[in-house]
Amino acid sequence: MRLFTHNHLACVKKGCKQNFPLTIVPSKVEMEESEMNSDFIIRMVDRLDYPALLKAATACKLTGLPDKLPERLDRKTHEAIIKQLHNALMQVHVVEGELACPGCERKYPIQNGVPNMRLSEDEV
Amino acid sequence: DVFYDRDEAKKYAASSRMIQIQSAMASRAIELLHLPPGRPAHILDIGCGSGLSGEALSEAGHSWVGVDISADMLGVAVTREVEGDLVLSDMGQGLNFRPGVFDGAISISAIQWLCNADHADHTPQKRLKRFFQTLYSCLAAGSRAILQFYPETPPQVTLITQAAMRAGFSGGLVVDYPNSTKAKKYFLCLFAGEAGVDQPAP
Ligand SMILES: [Zn+2]
Repeated sequence: MRLFTHNHLACVKKGCKQNFPLTIVPSKVEMEESEMNSDFIIRMVDRLDYPALLKAATACKLTGLPDKLPERLDRKTHEAIIKQLHNALMQVHVVEGELACPGCERKYPIQNGVPNMRLSEDEV
Repeated sequence: DVFYDRDEAKKYAASSRMIQIQSAMASRAIELLHLPPGRPAHILDIGCGSGLSGEALSEAGHSWVGVDISADMLGVAVTREVEGDLVLSDMGQGLNFRPGVFDGAISISAIQWLCNADHADHTPQKRLKRFFQTLYSCLAAGSRAILQFYPETPPQVTLITQAAMRAGFSGGLVVDYPNSTKAKKYFLCLFAGEAGVDQPAP
């Protein structure tokens, strides 16, 4: 699971009030290189919850992201920041570990890079 | 269980005819998404299975996330090193995504499962409602969801379509090869919110 996907994931358990961001408790993190598309990153930043990404990056012991993002990213002026975003969002993979919901405290295991979000019937 | 166990998952992924049909339907679904040309989009693949439809998305230059209820099918996808991220979840319990994060969604041969009541608490209406509400919410305004499915009966088509409309979608059914019993394919084409400026009208 990339941090990009983590940034979109929310808990849907019945009655859960604060379902985002899920806390990452990683036990295995891998880096995998991928081709950068600056325009795609810039477009996806509009839907990004940046504080959640910062938390996730810290949990995965990743450094290099700025504390705050510029209001509008420009592919030339902000090349270095876009590179850091690409690295954090697209190249960091949580392979094993757990996600914990801040609201209902439900734990979701991550195995083989796949978070298991399935609920039991009484949680729906 | 209604979904695939390990052996069935492997068999399914290995059948070349199945691969061909699934890939062709995925390409058709991507075409029906009407995405702006030359721009990579971020797409949700519902019931992604072993990642065949995801591969069609990757080939079209898009980024994707796949959800499936079968850990074994996702295991096959992991082994095949698909490009997209995978999430194990039951679409009838609701899609686990924040509002507006996807540019579109596709689904190949999956949503008819929502009509099955294989568990005492599985009321199809409730599951359909949760599915379409959370699907609507996770799509960016103006985007589309193209859901190919195999209805078991005509009332199932109505049940699914009405649940989608109640969740706020507009759109309707596209039937390919309507006169062939074998090749006939149903695509539920749904529009979420107002169409953006760069989106062609439905
Ligand atoms: Zn929760």
